[in-house]
Amino acid sequence: MTQTPRSFQEIILRLQAYWAAQGCAILQPYDMEVGAGTFHPATTLRSLGTRAWAAAYVQPSRRPTDGRYGENPNRLQHYYQYQVIIKPSPPDLQALYLGSLEAIGIDMGLHDIRFVEDDWESPTLGAWGLGWEVWCDGMEVSQFTYFQQVGGHDCHPVSGELTYGLERLAMYVLGVDHVMDMPFNDPAAPIPLSYGDIFRQTEEEYSRHNFDAASTENLLQHFEDAEAECRRLLDATPDDPKTAKRIIMVHPAYDQCIKASHLFNLLDARGVISVTERQAYIGRVRTLAKLCADAFVQTAAGGWVPEGAVA
Amino acid sequence: MPDLLLELFSEEIPARMQARAAEDLKRLVTDGLVEAGLTYAGAGAFATPRRLTLTVEGLTAHSPTTREERRGPRTDAPEAAIEGFLRGAGVRRDQLEARADKKGEVFFAVIEKPGRAASDIIADLVPQVIRDFPWPKSMRWGAGSLRWVRPLQSILCVLSSETGSEVVAFDVDGITAGDTTEGHRFMSPGRFSVTSFQDYEAKLKRAHVILSASERAEHIRHEAEQMAFAAGLELVADPGLLAEVAGLVEWPVVLMGTIEDRFLDLPPEVLQTSMKEHQKFFSVRNPKTGRIERFITVANRETADHGATILAGNQKVLSARLSDAAFFWENDLRVAKAGMGDWLDGLANVTFHAKLGSQADRIGRIAALAREIAPMVGADADLAEEAARIAKADLRSEMVGEFPELQGVMGRYYALASGRAPEVADACRDHWKPMGQGDAVPTAPVSLAVALADKIDTLTGFWAIDEKPTGSKDPYALRRAALGVVRMVLENGVRLGLEQPLRASFVHIAVQRAEDCWAYFQAGNPALPDDSVFLSFYSAKDASFDGAGLVTEKLVEGSFFLSTEKGTMFDYPRIQTLIPVRPLNTLASDLLAFFHDRLKVHLRDEGIRHDIIDAALAKPPADDLFLVVARARALAAFLATPDGENLVQGYRRAANILTQAEEKDGVEYRYGADPKFAETDAERALFDALAQAQAAIKPALAAEDFAGAMTQMASLRAPIDAFFEAVQVNADNQIVRRNRLNLLHRIVETCGAVADLSKLEG
Repeated sequence: MTQTPRSFQEIILRLQAYWAAQGCAILQPYDMEVGAGTFHPATTLRSLGTRAWAAAYVQPSRRPTDGRYGENPNRLQHYYQYQVIIKPSPPDLQALYLGSLEAIGIDMGLHDIRFVEDDWESPTLGAWGLGWEVWCDGMEVSQFTYFQQVGGHDCHPVSGELTYGLERLAMYVLGVDHVMDMPFNDPAAPIPLSYGDIFRQTEEEYSRHNFDAASTENLLQHFEDAEAECRRLLDATPDDPKTAKRIIMVHPAYDQCIKASHLFNLLDARGVISVTERQAYIGRVRTLAKLCADAFVQTAAGGWVPEGAVA
Repeated sequence: MPDLLLELFSEEIPARMQARAAEDLKRLVTDGLVEAGLTYAGAGAFATPRRLTLTVEGLTAHSPTTREERRGPRTDAPEAAIEGFLRGAGVRRDQLEARADKKGEVFFAVIEKPGRAASDIIADLVPQVIRDFPWPKSMRWGAGSLRWVRPLQSILCVLSSETGSEVVAFDVDGITAGDTTEGHRFMSPGRFSVTSFQDYEAKLKRAHVILSASERAEHIRHEAEQMAFAAGLELVADPGLLAEVAGLVEWPVVLMGTIEDRFLDLPPEVLQTSMKEHQKFFSVRNPKTGRIERFITVANRETADHGATILAGNQKVLSARLSDAAFFWENDLRVAKAGMGDWLDGLANVTFHAKLGSQADRIGRIAALAREIAPMVGADADLAEEAARIAKADLRSEMVGEFPELQGVMGRYYALASGRAPEVADACRDHWKPMGQGDAVPTAPVSLAVALADKIDTLTGFWAIDEKPTGSKDPYALRRAALGVVRMVLENGVRLGLEQPLRASFVHIAVQRAEDCWAYFQAGNPALPDDSVFLSFYSAKDASFDGAGLVTEKLVEGSFFLSTEKGTMFDYPRIQTLIPVRPLNTLASDLLAFFHDRLKVHLRDEGIRHDIIDAALAKPPADDLFLVVARARALAAFLATPDGENLVQGYRRAANILTQAEEKDGVEYRYGADPKFAETDAERALFDALAQAQAAIKPALAAEDFAGAMTQMASLRAPIDAFFEAVQVNADNQIVRRNRLNLLHRIVETCGAVADLSKLEG
């Protein structure tokens, strides 16, 4: 059987190698603050339209309300997700997934792996799918979803999405009880670094920032701006006057949607959004996500074909 | 007689859907077989996380040949008519028979449909069943268009008999039916073929799959009880969890683990909830102390280390979960012991509804209302108010934030920790009740006062802003709230006129909203525009605002405007949206009617017809639900007797004659029936009987002994029948006639003493 990995980064590297071997494009993280790997345009937008797709990547993710000043053994406001997205979902996706667990040192002969119903829904992305949370010995190690709708569009073909909570999974594989104690690089390296060496201070800083310091006035204004900019970009005529090409600015617009979503999360952490307002804000982000989805399917990457052309 | 074996093998089916799906598969397939003309001796359906299986035994091999005769046109009919008949019947000219008929010679077509082989019928039927399967939620996958609960991977469909077995050949979206399946995903990988249900079930067991859910559940229960017993402990029974867990495993392996000592002092509800909700663990209790000391988890496989790794992992996850819970518990206790002030302050920042203010606003109203209701339910007013003020504090606690289902339960612990009286603490837990149909209602007086106030405030609030339930939409669960009030009143025998607390509650809402606005303007926020209706409302009292008095007055009038008709004028959401303009009486009677509807639904389950309740409601006071139900029950019981049935007939007859006469004469016959104008014995006997009955009914009514009153009415049946038998009401002598009509009125009046019988249908 596979050797047990020795560090957080080794687990990431093994996942990268495994999914590369399965034919996925290994992408890099999206360079914006997102709440989950699903927000990466490689998932949200690429799950739309008819074109086949296969990608895997690490995505740093931020959940401002989960900040615990680095004290909680499992909760972080900044953490990593590993994301795999394949369209159309292959018939052996479950087996491929189980292979990835073996690749990171989970011995199928000793552990109890279970697929437990969990319907996934992202109200901010106007997306939902059916699938499971995957349990290893009672611990949720991944989310496994067949996308049914994204941005209000039916997915056809359907994408299979796998999301691994990397810290939690790694802590389990490495036998670590507190995330900050987890070896980030090889413990035998000349300069061994723990997760805490890298992130304890930032967790403190961001926890203070998210809960108490971020300017709510600015955040509210930025939210309005992002929303307006997203709409403005999508309202622009598809035909670029300078190049005379058809250029729909979906990704720049979607960046603004991502921004709005993160700003909302920060406002939520600051505790200035009431229960009723919450729904309204979520609805506003969802509207942007839908507009972006509508626009994406009008582009080549979204499967759009000029009239008269052959696909 | 062949047997059918069908297995639909898929990725993991949600546990909660399995039992229903197996039943649906059985019903749909067997119904389809019967409809196609086959018969069968027996059928059984099974589900595991990865398969739905159906076995149908003793199936007929063919459907019978059917013969149908159709009468056509006469033999001398125009050619076109005969051609049309041939097309319609699907036969050739030479297949027609000419037969003599009354009208001459007529063509007959004899259509013979040969029977079909069972395998052909199944091959048509099963794909249809799969495509139309009634999953509560289904999905697509890959590039296909088929829907199933999760990706469908293979189909096994075999017909077997003494002579051997054959695959029923069909294809659904590229999945071809065959005779192979898979065993346990991890313990017995690889496919194998089967020839019959017996063969299938036996091979599955060898491949580490127990096909029957009840066998898996029974195995789990038995093992778990034995393990607990061997440790001197007992399993906390949880049939719902047992069924769910049995749907998560094909090969259950029961393991018992320990809970670290440092968590054993957590409230048992916290341990149980955390273990059940997050981990699907069973709780194991020490029968001597009642403490939860261990857990039982069910794995889906055997391992070389006898589950040691699995148990260690589960224990670790549990420790992390319980560390969270312990952390919440300790933090919460600190706030509770300091009096819960932080939580109560925090509730001011939680919006209950944009138009109805914050949770703190709502608590203020409930506290005032609970005080008023307290004497009606025998509760101490101070305790009721105190309980109402802290009953929702635990919503701000960390524990309830993590486990919303522990709301109330935690409230009780925290109230006790804060030094509140036990009655107050119990009210924190019980004022949420009843949560649903099966949930018990609170019975302790303080809990009851707060529970009633809570639900009434919810109802009046949403009534005031016109957010009533419509059709199937009831987002604020107002029907449940009203039913809760109905049940609390009836099951506790609470005597209260609902209208009073309803009116009080509407006033509380209006006063609070008005004061809120007033404070807003007084604080120098945007000045009131000149055309504001709000301004005219307030200008009645210059700078000072007499909240309660003035608002109540305006509310009664129905002129409680807090917004302009032009719409949004203030950038202050609470003011923009406040427009309860309907008069208080209308609001209250409308809401009372809603209670009456709920009452009817509730009593329908008891078998009491809605018109019986209408008859009871027609007697004031209609807002004393306990009394209404007492009347309705007495009437229902009475109507179930022969006397009751006949008395109603007599009543109707009297009422009809009386109404017709009053309409005709344009006068009301109400008073002055006098025995001295009676001409017949039957008439005199009725006078006597009515006098006796009325004398007895009066004290019975005063004692609210409605059954007793109705028994008295029953004694009128014979005299009334005899009266109508012997007497012509509309006599020629006007004095006699008037006297008799007045006598009819006395019948109507007496019979209507408990309920208005004119509301009865039929």
